[in-house]
Amino acid sequence: MFVRAALRTSRLSAPLSSLAQRRLASSLVYLEHKGGKLNDSSLNAVTAAKTLGGDLAGIVVGSKADVDGVLDEVKKIDGLSKIYTAASDAYSHQLAETVAPLLATVLPAKSISHIFAAHTAVGKNVFPRLAGILDSSMIADIIALESSGDVFTRPIYAGNAILKIKSSPKDAIKIVTVRTTAFDKASVGSGSASVEEVEATPSETTTKYVSEELTVSSRPDLSSAPRVVSGGRALKSQENFEKVLDPLADALGAAVGASRAAVDAGYADNSLQVGQTGKVVAPELYVAVGISGAIQHLAGMKESKMIVAINKDPDAPIFQVADVGLVADLFETVPELVKKVEAAKA
Amino acid sequence: MRPTLPRLVNILVPVKRSIDYAVKIRVASDGKGVDTTVKHSMNPFDEIAVEEAIRQREKNGKLVKSITALSIGPPKAVDTIRTALAMGADAGIHITVPESSVVEPIAVANAIKKIIDRSEGENKFDLVILGKQAIDDDSGSTGGMLAGLLGWGQGTFASKVAIADGGKVEVTREIDGGLEIVEGKLPLIVTTDLRLNEPRYASLPNIMKAKKKKIETLKPEDLGLDFTPRFETISVSEPAKRQGGGKVESVDELVAKLKDAGVL
Repeated sequence: MFVRAALRTSRLSAPLSSLAQRRLASSLVYLEHKGGKLNDSSLNAVTAAKTLGGDLAGIVVGSKADVDGVLDEVKKIDGLSKIYTAASDAYSHQLAETVAPLLATVLPAKSISHIFAAHTAVGKNVFPRLAGILDSSMIADIIALESSGDVFTRPIYAGNAILKIKSSPKDAIKIVTVRTTAFDKASVGSGSASVEEVEATPSETTTKYVSEELTVSSRPDLSSAPRVVSGGRALKSQENFEKVLDPLADALGAAVGASRAAVDAGYADNSLQVGQTGKVVAPELYVAVGISGAIQHLAGMKESKMIVAINKDPDAPIFQVADVGLVADLFETVPELVKKVEAAKA
Repeated sequence: MRPTLPRLVNILVPVKRSIDYAVKIRVASDGKGVDTTVKHSMNPFDEIAVEEAIRQREKNGKLVKSITALSIGPPKAVDTIRTALAMGADAGIHITVPESSVVEPIAVANAIKKIIDRSEGENKFDLVILGKQAIDDDSGSTGGMLAGLLGWGQGTFASKVAIADGGKVEVTREIDGGLEIVEGKLPLIVTTDLRLNEPRYASLPNIMKAKKKKIETLKPEDLGLDFTPRFETISVSEPAKRQGGGKVESVDELVAKLKDAGVL
């Protein structure tokens, strides 16, 4: 006992002394939005940034209308003392070619030591370019960080190993994207950040936005959905896939995913593929229906908070990770489950 | 009105030798890395990049002048370049590093920039197709970094690439919730998503032919590059093991468990 207590003290004293020498972090969170609406993945990034203490600001970059649209909401995010805004039509659609150079100008000008974004399609597009402009490393998809501000933890090999790294002083500004499912969302409501406009100086670019085609679905997006219902090869056909899984997804308010086997067999579109080569998800609830649980699939979903598996093979590897497993025929079980979920909600 | 001269495209495809995607990763006993004495192959997203370069040539005929595969890695990375050559790339460049060294994305991006800066005249590289991420470090940053370093446009997570005369390139990008189309101009950086294409297998005659294709071997110092890592690895560990929570007998029990967990 005594030894352990002594160890703990010595372990504590090291970060404390370096904390005293070090200038407190001044962090900035890139607040992502679409069509004048805040993408709430950014709220998870705010929580990650709060680990560092020190000043915490947010930045909103976009067309004037979009910036104005989100400003009232983002001012109220708890923990942000300031919101920087940069408005120009050139920033519409958050093109990396215009946004990254702006950030590269703002960061040193405002003495920012850390910039965070959610590890979304936008974060993954803009931040590497920002790192390139600054000739800096980037720390992608973190699941933890230490208050010292230079130690980060991130999954590698599709989550089959966890890497803890120390960033070099050579990378003066830490450029970080955050795995949203690893941090809670910051609350919105009691914040009262001041607003400061920064000069919009859009860079010349030869790239332009043409159009977008969003999947029209009442269901949440797979990568960020809090609940996912996934199907595997046992569904036997595309028709079954939809007939069996869609009602369950609707009852649970979940997104639909698929195993690689189901995608390869043509039962589901490969944008739905969960796994090492598809999407990595970590929802609150993951329901695996007729999925055996190959390692490549597990890599894409094993960080889920609760895993439910329905499979008729009692030896399927999926049961080794499932919190709740039911050995049963999915064609009978799933419709019954849908009814009982509906009943429980009513 | 002057007619637009057809522009010849020189494509550079960086490829990475990484642990084969089907291998179960084991953390090394020193806790500083993973066991690398296992099967390696070309990073799957890079295979898609090589395939895309070849398809662009097949589609656009003479528009694509050359396809060069580049790899930075240990001596064995030459096998990865040979694979790209067997698929249809014309030539290879290999920047060799010692067996166990880690070359970080920003170092890779700087190295690719050097290779591009070095190319000249009608052989100047003007399209770089990279995988969207390597399945070992999962960083997903090299393509964007390279675009930032060069100041070129970028079309990341591409599921469709259309090159037109005059160097206009339309890229369909996979974004959260759907697709986005952007129009860029050469020179351009493209990174590949899984949906872009289905890579071909190299046929035996093509594997034989690939042996005759030229691979230029360089050392980092030949290009004035410094690959000293900026990150210090504190530890590599196994992810927390999940404990299966056991099985239930009926749908009712399953629903009860969901209620207990606050899901319903």
